[in-house]
Amino acid sequence: MTLFIEKRSIVVPGEVLAEGKYLLGPNTYAKNGKIYASKLGLFDFTQDKIIVVPFKGAYIPNINDQVIGKIVEVGLFGWTVDIASPYEALLPASEVQDKRSKIKVDLTKILDLGDLILAKVVAFDRTRDPLLTIREEGLGRITSGRIVEIPPTKIPRLIGKKGSMINMLKKETECEIYVGQNGVVLISGKNVFNENLAVEAINKIAMEAHTQGLTDRIKEMIKKRREQYVDNKTG
Amino acid sequence: MSITKPDRLIDENGLRIDGRKPSELRPLKLEVGILDKADGSAYVEQGKNKILVAVYGPREAHPRHIGLSDRATLRCRYHMAPFSTEERRSPAPSRRDIELSKVIREALEPAVISEMYPRTTIDVFIEVLQSDGGTRCAGITGASLALADAGIPMRDLVVACAAGKVDGKIVVDLCDLEDKYGEADLPIALMPVFNALTLIQMDGLLTLNEFYEALNMAKEACKIIYEKQKQALKNKYYQIKELIETEGEK
Amino acid sequence: MSSTPNLTPITKIEKKNLMELLVNGKRIDGRGLTEYRPFTIEKNVIEKANGSAQIKLGKTKVMVGIKVEVGEPFSDTPDEGVLMVSAELVPLASPTFEPGPPDENAIELARVVDRGLRESKVLDLKKLCIKEGEKVFIVFVDIYVLDYDGNLIDASAMAALTALLTAKIKSYEVKNGELIYKNEFTPLPIQNYPIPITFVKINDALLVDPSIEEERVMDARLTLTIDKDGKLCAIQKGGLKELTLNEIEKAVNIAIEKASENRNKILEALNWEEQKR
Repeated sequence: MTLFIEKRSIVVPGEVLAEGKYLLGPNTYAKNGKIYASKLGLFDFTQDKIIVVPFKGAYIPNINDQVIGKIVEVGLFGWTVDIASPYEALLPASEVQDKRSKIKVDLTKILDLGDLILAKVVAFDRTRDPLLTIREEGLGRITSGRIVEIPPTKIPRLIGKKGSMINMLKKETECEIYVGQNGVVLISGKNVFNENLAVEAINKIAMEAHTQGLTDRIKEMIKKRREQYVDNKTG
Repeated sequence: MSITKPDRLIDENGLRIDGRKPSELRPLKLEVGILDKADGSAYVEQGKNKILVAVYGPREAHPRHIGLSDRATLRCRYHMAPFSTEERRSPAPSRRDIELSKVIREALEPAVISEMYPRTTIDVFIEVLQSDGGTRCAGITGASLALADAGIPMRDLVVACAAGKVDGKIVVDLCDLEDKYGEADLPIALMPVFNALTLIQMDGLLTLNEFYEALNMAKEACKIIYEKQKQALKNKYYQIKELIETEGEK
Repeated sequence: MSSTPNLTPITKIEKKNLMELLVNGKRIDGRGLTEYRPFTIEKNVIEKANGSAQIKLGKTKVMVGIKVEVGEPFSDTPDEGVLMVSAELVPLASPTFEPGPPDENAIELARVVDRGLRESKVLDLKKLCIKEGEKVFIVFVDIYVLDYDGNLIDASAMAALTALLTAKIKSYEVKNGELIYKNEFTPLPIQNYPIPITFVKINDALLVDPSIEEERVMDARLTLTIDKDGKLCAIQKGGLKELTLNEIEKAVNIAIEKASENRNKILEALNWEEQKR
């Protein structure tokens, strides 16, 4: 078992990562006993597993993912939702209406074109489009706040180990932040300044996700902005 | 305005019309991620060639029936801007554009792990802004960068270069005049890690020995370009890293 | 825009059968890996054309018509005649061919056949010049696929070659700048006999003259066009997968031999004698 690359090195598709019996993590593949990267990203490994953390990539839904989506079509039996994925999602009418009800409700009265929803993925496989639900606590139509879109591959970094990054952000910006696994983030703050702060921080995290010391730098940045703000107000 | 054939394509010192030695490549510049809206993009400058490539995808197949049930559909368009050539050319796709779109797509297919995204399309758009010979190869080299930039899973990068015969000598990376007035043109595309050809075409007249000599030369050129591809892909992220480490916060 | 083709799936049993036979160097129609299907070429099938031929390669049928007209030369070759090759995959030839302008497959077919003819200089284009810069003969080679059962490139090119070899144009002379036709016919100025050999790669095997089933399961396709002196004059790779350098080398060796074989068959059938001009 040999590793050919240093941890946290940038690798390109086709680059030889290792040789031997390793478990294949995401964005790697094996051929003739060697393990190769299949995406541009950072090389990482644990005791027995090889991973490439990609810089960019499409959002492919996983069951139980929380996502933020936009209604793009209202049909007879549900809504088509754009979840910034190559696969369009479906929110069936049964999610918001009792199946036994004989009264046909005009679905646009519940959710119309252009509405944003915070939803959860309940089903998805290679043969059909992802299915969503908004029945759970906290899910549903989004009525206010700011939306930021970042590459879905940066979401793990935005959340951080055991939520360290996102919790720090929520605290420092004094905003409520709802993270969609599909790269769409909803920010709700007391005022515009706080919301702007959160937007800037999230974009910066996305840009510098592959670097070290990010959490501290973000904290620093927020602190600086607050100082500048106070200076501008009083100066 | 039409080009007239130069008297000699190789001078008495064995140098080509642009001063290069037979095995010398044109100056090459590769940039990645230069377009905002595309999922992945690349810009290639090879000699006077200026080529822009954008990748969109994987995205939903529209209309539905063009999607394949077990893999992504790769779509490729090679197109030349009307102002890209010596004489203005019509924007309508020529027969050459159609053939090149096909062979370029087929040059990229073996590298793209399309089974990962059934019922989607991965679109590659190659725009030749200025043309000076070898645009299909530069286009493939750029497309490979744009695909990697977009985070499309690939088995390997694809790198391409042409070799040929000019004034009886085997040369590499032909410019437009050499392509037009030379005796043979052999473009190839390679998956460098696996040393496998994904494109090989030839027009001209070559003996078997000349063919193998040209093939080898093209292969060696591909290896050089591959190193530049890797650099270009990693550069964007190295730059961000460096910026943070040297400048600090503003 | 070129898209990954959406082909009707071949049944698993058929595919398995084909693969198993291949492992033993056999093909579903009993041929060896380097064996061509028997072919016959009928010449002068269309009297109104200057030249024509119809080939039957296995069940594949292709007709090629040659029309020669007088026109202007290209500005950069004022003393040369013009060769134009085009191809049509007409809908009656296959359930998979749709009516419409030539698609990428028809265009690729025409251009690959064209390359073989043009780069080998099958026609001495300088002999097709009537008045430099003004009048030349334009030779239209039109490939018409009638029945698609695999290997259109080789079938079309061999029919095109036969048509060119047997084409006749009216003799002429130029009097006071005017083109005057005489009442005799001359053949076109032929000086080479390019023959393409098309392979498909299936797993590790290289097969010549693919049938339609073999094309359906192929990993890649390689056409090598060889001229009368054993030189390469055109190469075209197709298909969705890669080829190794070893495979290319292997194919080149087979192609030289098979091209010679096929060329001899065609020339002998025409009782061809190299005209000394």
